This record gives sequence, C-alpha cells and structure tokens, in this order.
Amino acid sequence: MGEKLRITLGAVSRPLESLKIKTGDWGAEYPVVIEENCKACGDCVVYCPDLCIELVETGEVDEKGRKKKVAKVNYDYCKGCGTCSVVCRHDAIKMEIKEIYKG
Amino acid sequence: MSENMRLFGSGHGACPGCGLPIAVKSVLEATGPCFVANSTGCLEIISSQYGKSAWGVPYIHSVFENAAAVAAGIEAALKALGRKDEGPVVVFAGDGATADIGIGCLSGMFDRGHDVLYVCLDNEAYQNTGNQQSGLTPPGSSTTTTPAGKVLPGKVKAKKDMPAIALAHKARYVATASVAFPRDITRKVKRALEFEGPKYIQIHSVCVTGWGIDGKQAIPVARLAVETALYPLIEFEDGQLVRVRKIKDRKPVEEYLKPQRRFRHLFKHPKGKEVIAELQRVADENAKKFGLDA
Repeated sequence: MGEKLRITLGAVSRPLESLKIKTGDWGAEYPVVIEENCKACGDCVVYCPDLCIELVETGEVDEKGRKKKVAKVNYDYCKGCGTCSVVCRHDAIKMEIKEIYKG
Repeated sequence: MSENMRLFGSGHGACPGCGLPIAVKSVLEATGPCFVANSTGCLEIISSQYGKSAWGVPYIHSVFENAAAVAAGIEAALKALGRKDEGPVVVFAGDGATADIGIGCLSGMFDRGHDVLYVCLDNEAYQNTGNQQSGLTPPGSSTTTTPAGKVLPGKVKAKKDMPAIALAHKARYVATASVAFPRDITRKVKRALEFEGPKYIQIHSVCVTGWGIDGKQAIPVARLAVETALYPLIEFEDGQLVRVRKIKDRKPVEEYLKPQRRFRHLFKHPKGKEVIAELQRVADENAKKFGLDA
C-alpha cells in the first residue's frame, strides 16, 4: 500500500473531536439502570442515539459460570431522551428528573 | 459500543431522541471502516462542525446535491489506486438530498454502476431548516411550506416512491429499513455489501422536532409506521423482491398519525377524513403489493 496522504496545514478536522463536547447537561432527565432487572440484552446499547451506554462486567459470575454484565450509562454524553427506558423489555431503566429541575 | 465509538462518536449535536445517529451507527456497525460522503442536511450539521467532528472514518461533505457524485469519484479513485480493500464507499443523504436536490447525481451514479452503498436517511422533510416539505413527505403532513390551513390539509401529493426509482435504475440491492429495528439495518447493510455495484437503502428516521413528538415517543412512533404498513420494510436483490417484514395484526393508520403534531389537524380539518382514508388506502395497497400481512 502506498504512503498515506496526511494534511497538516490549514483547517484540519481530526477524528472524533466531538468527544470533547460533553452533551450530558442537555436534558432535564437522566436514566437510572436497575441492575437486578438488567439482563444485558444490549437493546439500550443498540438504540442509544448518543452512543453512551455500554455493557460492563459486574465482577459477579452467574450459576453457569458466565461473567455477569449490566448496562452502564456514560452521563458525560447522555441527553436524557429516554429512548433506552422505552426500548428496555425488562423494566431495567427508569428516567428521573435532575435535581436542579425539581420543584 | 466501543467498536462504534471509533467510527462515530458521542458528543454530536443531534436532538435528544433523534433517529439519525441510530441509523448511522447501525450502518457503520456493518460496514466497519469505510469512506463516507455526506450531503448537506441534519447529519452534516450535527456531526461535522469544524473542531467537533463526530466521525472516526474518512468523511467528506461537499454541497447539497452531489454526495452521490463525490462518492462515485472516491470509488473510481480507490479502484484506480488499487485501494478497494480499505473499505466500502457509503453515502449518507437526507430525503430532500436524495429525492429532490440530488436525484440527478444519484441517477448518474446508478447509471454508471459505481460500487457505492447509498443510504437515504428519510425523516420525511427538510428538517435541518425547520420542516419544509420534500418529495418524501407523506400526504397530509403539515410543514412550513405545506401548512395545514382552511383550504389544504397539509401536503397534497403522494410520497415519492424512491425504492421503485432505484429499482428502475437496476440497482443491485434495494431495501427499506427503520430506526425502530437497528439490528435489521445492520443485517441489510451487511447483505448489501455482498453485491458489487450500486446499492440503495432507505431508512425511516424519526425527527422529534419536525414530527412534533417527544424524544421518548421516537422509537414507538417509528415502529407504528412499520406496523401500519405505511412504511413497508422490503428487500430487493437484482430486481426481485426477496424478503419483507411481516406484520401481525396490522394497525389502523390513525394509531401512527395521532401522536404526531404534523398530522394533528387531520382529526379536525374538514378534509382530514379524506386524507386519513387515502393514507389507509396506501397502507392497504402496500400490504397487498408486498404480502405484508402475516
């Protein structure tokens, strides 16, 4: 393969610079994962428009010896749209209003 | 997903509940590293502002109408340089860029037979500039250019049949998909990439502001479009209908129309009943034509 062209002068956009934009303060609500209900099916991961949910290992092992996983929300980017709570088939995500918007 | 994060990242500027990022990440899940050409539109604005790019793959935006031509150029260049192994060429374009402004370039790309996957993100109007009607806006929809008023009940003409236009160009793979079924999008893109030549996938994508719904309703409303047969999920390979998403207990179109502000007037307007009956006729016709009823 030939040498890749790399532009360094002028207005250069670098990959994934959006990660420095913390959109977590947009919404009035935020999702809370109820870990005992979570079956780690990954639906919320697939649907999340802000790519801020992932399945993480809890450190526990189930009866079949598999590592238990649960959904974990990255609140730095979650805009609180509520899509995860709607698509969850196991009632494992509920939306709560942020403290500053209460009352 | 960490794999996703490397191709398209958090921190983009889409509205909460927007369907576009769901469609984009589901497509990239199937393509892996690829070359993206994007037309002007919501996706361009939310993902490619200078210094805030959400893309982890090579990305180019030129103007409104030419994403298909730009992609064709990239594909020809990769072929000439012997670099086709570096990934497929993918176009992301909105419904306006596809069905109205960019249809000439798209037709040319189909005609020349470029090995490009063209993804139309169909949110049924020019939503970036605030809901102006496009060729893919469904009848009855109230937009700023077809406002529901005393005389007209929103848009009058039918939704342009883009999949049929793609089929008429002998595109090798043509499919429709919906953000309500992201895993289905990924499967269809994987299948599309098995074909060499032009491929067209149209993804129904929710616009929370334009359609007048809450972020939480986005996926349920998108699902209703499929369950009422107003948005049939169909797949054509070399011109033959090969798979459809069957519908159990097809729902009346009112269930899809009611939650949305853009259709709200239909339930009060003197001509509203006619439009709803027309939409139901379209749904019935889709169900019959594609054999959707399970």
